[in-house]
Amino acid sequence: METATKKKNKIDSATVSGSKALIMALIEEGVNTIFGYPGGAIMPVYDALFDYQDQIHHILTRHEQGAIHAAQGFARAKGIPGVVFATSGPGATNLITGLADAMIDSTPLVCITGQVASPLLGTDAFQETDVVGISMPVTKWNHQVTRAEEIPDALAKSFYVAKSGRPGPVLLDITKDAQIESCTYQYTPCKEVRSYHPIPSLDDEMVNQAAELINNAKRPYVLFGQGVILSHAEEELKEFIEKTGIPAAWTILGLSALSSDHPLNVGMLGMHGNYGPNLLSDEADVVIAIGMRFDDRVTGKVSEYIKQAKVIHLEIDPSEIDKIIKADVPVLGDAKTSLRALIEKVKPNQHPKWLQRFKDCYELEYEKVIKEELYPSTDLISMGEVIRLISEKTDGNSIVVTDVGQHQMVACRYARFLKSKSNITSGGLGTMGFCLPAAIGAKFGAPDRLVIAVIGDGGFQMTLQELGTIFQTKVDVKILILNNQYLGMVRQWQQLFFDKRYSATEMINPDFQTIARGYGIESIKVEERDNLDKAVDDFLNHKGSYLLEVIVGKENNVFPMVPSGAPVAEIRLE
Amino acid sequence: MEKDFTLIVFSENHVGVLQRITTIFTRRGINIESITVSQSELRDVHRYNIVVTETEERIQKVVKQIEKQIEVLRAWYYPKEKILYQEIALYKMSVDAVKNGVSLEDIVKENNARILTVESDFIVIEKTGHKEETQALYEQLQPHGLLEFVRSGRVALMNSQKQFKDYLKAPELGKRISEEAVREYRYK
Repeated sequence: METATKKKNKIDSATVSGSKALIMALIEEGVNTIFGYPGGAIMPVYDALFDYQDQIHHILTRHEQGAIHAAQGFARAKGIPGVVFATSGPGATNLITGLADAMIDSTPLVCITGQVASPLLGTDAFQETDVVGISMPVTKWNHQVTRAEEIPDALAKSFYVAKSGRPGPVLLDITKDAQIESCTYQYTPCKEVRSYHPIPSLDDEMVNQAAELINNAKRPYVLFGQGVILSHAEEELKEFIEKTGIPAAWTILGLSALSSDHPLNVGMLGMHGNYGPNLLSDEADVVIAIGMRFDDRVTGKVSEYIKQAKVIHLEIDPSEIDKIIKADVPVLGDAKTSLRALIEKVKPNQHPKWLQRFKDCYELEYEKVIKEELYPSTDLISMGEVIRLISEKTDGNSIVVTDVGQHQMVACRYARFLKSKSNITSGGLGTMGFCLPAAIGAKFGAPDRLVIAVIGDGGFQMTLQELGTIFQTKVDVKILILNNQYLGMVRQWQQLFFDKRYSATEMINPDFQTIARGYGIESIKVEERDNLDKAVDDFLNHKGSYLLEVIVGKENNVFPMVPSGAPVAEIRLE
Repeated sequence: MEKDFTLIVFSENHVGVLQRITTIFTRRGINIESITVSQSELRDVHRYNIVVTETEERIQKVVKQIEKQIEVLRAWYYPKEKILYQEIALYKMSVDAVKNGVSLEDIVKENNARILTVESDFIVIEKTGHKEETQALYEQLQPHGLLEFVRSGRVALMNSQKQFKDYLKAPELGKRISEEAVREYRYK
């Protein structure tokens, strides 16, 4: 009798519901933070979560888009996959923008969506959507689970795929019956998938060829992207450029991988990047692209981009090689490993004259653009001076999360960073509304760091419901609204390329101060320069979240600028 | 220059892989001329033959994107001359054609086709070959009361002794075509 009871207990302890198996598996993957929003088809999972509140902190956002952007911010700040829960149908479709954003910016996410019970699949049941079908082009991998016993392995594979190789978002759609039915729980982390080869093996021959090109180069030039951050190769990048004396410029996703004050950091690439990094790409004889994918915002007119240079491309994803720019020497592999191998093979060198060219270009840009942006001569406050003040007062130690548009370009251009993983922005997809939820997620991912959300008045209103998440969780996010009462970047294009026909770009805004008050967030609005410095101090030193709204020049433009589709050499300073 | 290419893809036999592969073409506005999917020589591995007319440069990029899919084991692309391939076509003819004095028997013989079945009111002819051949027979039969016509997608074998199985051994799995495409196609 006693034996029988014991035996029964043993079976009970290993037999759990699919939902409980899911939560237990998440804990085994080290998950302690989940962003989500409940609903009918995922209720059993939320019910299972109720027993694990001491181990998993679930953050209830105000919209599923907020949940997934928060998970992205979390993943980017912490360097591990962000986890999202959402229900079926509209809950799941609200994740699509975030999935697309995470896909193009290589952010590891594991999204769990509830689905109608499996007998109802394909019947147009309440809140049924073909989520696997819809999310296929915007996920690295996705899968539908219809039986409880599949859950642990499917979750293990999800984490493995999301974080290995070039990271990306994974979606796991679990039918309600699979969540409810019982299964024998056993968890084994996934270590390989036979059809998936996340890190290509390093080819010594390519490393040798690359080293030879670098050793003989007169005007070598490093372009680096987020691959450096994703492969934890910040130290290797620094060592590589210091040994070879090569100037290095960054894409906006690569920003913060190399300290802003490093003498070889020559600045930002692309449409609103720095003057020298764009102009001189036409003079480099060897370009070393590291963990970047030659986005069209970086290259301008592709057919004229760095065509004089030999191109070495360090890249983990074989499909990026030759996708936009032909690589003369493709070095496939993890950036950290590839750089380590290259460091051994390259000779110590310096290129003072070449580096001086970048400095000269910077001087010119400083006189024509930067000085006026950082220290305006007019009464109107500029976005640049607000960013400068914040950088000065935080010594470049904060995490700066940006939305999309003029303020984003200004923040990327002028914010100073001393630590990696400090710049979080929507790069490839350009998702307005990304910033506020991403900043919330970033703070949960890096609770010891100061997180500043820099947002335009347009983007703020796309996801401002997440102020409710701040209110409920009391998470400490400093919100800076740079308000120019326009969709500024679109307006800038209308001014420059559409004869100042300001079609649908002027914003008649509500009172953001009143909105903040409703959410219990202290705030201040600054319209005059005299009040700015103190307001920034209050903003940074406030305990808890704070909203600082700064009214900036209504028709200020971001320069320099490479006109869309033009060669980067046609970069305009005014 | 656009050419006829056959993509041969080996994948896991999982729900959704077909859609993952086809969206790669859809997104780039590339029309798939034919696609066949079947079990390969390995029971648990599925094999796709996809025919497209495209430039080699674009096809190389597409193949890399296909290879990138988690559940795809390998993908290759070949011009016509590097593969052995066939398509099958069925032609349903009204018996009126025979009544009207057309010698279907002669047409069948000339075209190396065969008569699959003869029913009271129709005859079905089967022809295996390349598209040009099945199309030529179509042109011949069309004026004589062709009731129905269907042509299969291309089935193709690689023109070498390589076995897919060889690539499944762990170390070989690391040498996938996208890496090879980078190394071999451009540097040999």
